[in-house]
Amino acid sequence: MERYEVKLSGSGGQGLILAGMILAEAAALYDGKNAVQTQSYGPESRGGSSSSIVIISNQDIDYPKATKVDVLLALTQESVNKYAGDIKDGGILIVDEETVKDIPAGKYKIYKLPVIATARTQVGKVIVANIVALGLIAGLIELVSIDAIKKALFTRIPKGTEELNFRALEAGINLAKEAHLTVDPNLECISY
Amino acid sequence: MEKEKFLQGNEAFAEGALYAGCNFFAGYPISPSSEIAEYMAYELPRRKGVFIEMEDEIASMGAVIGASLAGAKAMTATSGPGFSLKQEHIGFACITEVPCVIVDVMRGGPSTGTPTGPAQGDVMQARWGTHGDHPAVAIAPSTVEECFYEAVRAFNISEKYRNPVILLIDEVVGHMREKIRIPKPGEIEIINRRRPNEAYDDYLPYKPDLGGVPNIANFGTGYRFHITGLSHDWSGFPTNDPKRIGELIQRLTKKVEKGEDEILRWEEFMLEDAETAVVAYGSVARSAKFAVKCARNAGKKVGLLKLITIWPFPVKPLKRLAEHARKVIIPEMNLGQIVLEVERVIGGKADVIPINRVDTELISPDEILVKL
Repeated sequence: MERYEVKLSGSGGQGLILAGMILAEAAALYDGKNAVQTQSYGPESRGGSSSSIVIISNQDIDYPKATKVDVLLALTQESVNKYAGDIKDGGILIVDEETVKDIPAGKYKIYKLPVIATARTQVGKVIVANIVALGLIAGLIELVSIDAIKKALFTRIPKGTEELNFRALEAGINLAKEAHLTVDPNLECISY
Repeated sequence: MEKEKFLQGNEAFAEGALYAGCNFFAGYPISPSSEIAEYMAYELPRRKGVFIEMEDEIASMGAVIGASLAGAKAMTATSGPGFSLKQEHIGFACITEVPCVIVDVMRGGPSTGTPTGPAQGDVMQARWGTHGDHPAVAIAPSTVEECFYEAVRAFNISEKYRNPVILLIDEVVGHMREKIRIPKPGEIEIINRRRPNEAYDDYLPYKPDLGGVPNIANFGTGYRFHITGLSHDWSGFPTNDPKRIGELIQRLTKKVEKGEDEILRWEEFMLEDAETAVVAYGSVARSAKFAVKCARNAGKKVGLLKLITIWPFPVKPLKRLAEHARKVIIPEMNLGQIVLEVERVIGGKADVIPINRVDTELISPDEILVKL
């Protein structure tokens, strides 16, 4: 397998660096692949833009940042505006339907889904939107096994939050099962 | 106790320091180095070590020197602004020959600059940040695994040569996570400082021994002696004798020069027939390797010299590549620091082309590829 690049983007405090860390750790420690995770964020502990990049490969990973992104998750309008241009032709863009109103045109598949709403209403806590997103990505790309993600998740979350986080992960996986591509007739560039 | 972990460069460095026997950390948290302090604050008390959060970076460096003089394997970690503050004490550690390890996780500067963005702007500061002629040892890892192994090596070098060792980790490497296998105890050699065996009354703390390195006693072991930042003779007391002063300053530099075979480390990748060579270090070396592989796939004769030790500057591999390379490319996240050393060594035998970036973004493989 060549490089596979996943970028999780949004605002500081949404936990996207943690989600990227879990995805990469799952691939590297439990699925026998190579993985590198890097991040980009501002000095603020909340707010500002934040992103996490996960590169997964069966070969050595030299450059640790994104070249052409296979999957972009964007939980804010700002992040989709900033990073949509990095998605490779035929790649995947996942946006939160509540926070992202305008989707830039491009040759990628679009999933517009209730990531944050699922965390808030179905799981019961908006702070686990990152883990819903993790389950969603895992379900959509099927590159890292759910089993590996569960193992990595378990070691990276505070004690006492396991049940909440595992429910969030399941909610994300279910979201992936029900997901269908969003085709916006106004976006003529979409080829998928 | 072999184990695989998925760690940040900063965390792997802390693991390596603990493996080397580090039992004292004094510091003041600062992005992007704070994870090292965090890791040590958690681990050291559990291993009967000491972690102190000091009031500032100057005091941290003072505490590190004091602890080392009392026999501890001591370190601190900081970033550019703190590294600037530590310079006076680093000079003190050089002239008093106190083993210690200083990590500078480089961010955008000058001043407070860009706390969370990578840079490689402190390369010359690591060499000449403290005043006066002095030896400098600086190491720039580019992988998480190297952060671990170079941490062990840094402690070993500082103990053996009794000189501060500086780690120049850039933000990308410090915060990047990769898989790492932690070696079993005993798998890597650990070097500890030599101890004196003279009678207490005959003891001269600064009398040169093996390789010109004196066997300075740890305080509290029965030897009475004096430590000063002033130029001193073998007794450790200040001297104004030009002969003694000259001998001291020459010896400090020479003891490190004599150890270069052990201190210097680099990696050569596809350089044998390279007509174009990239010289890079830290995270940029990863971009460079990616670019070199792409260019090789396109049939171009290119290679990479990855510097791991930066100071003393590895002259030998550069001289070797200059024998057949016609073009040498130096990508750095600064406005041209190591390129000056490369130009000095190459001496006009090849075209030297710098690639510079100071917007706190990692240089991409594409930016290097277009020059290959």
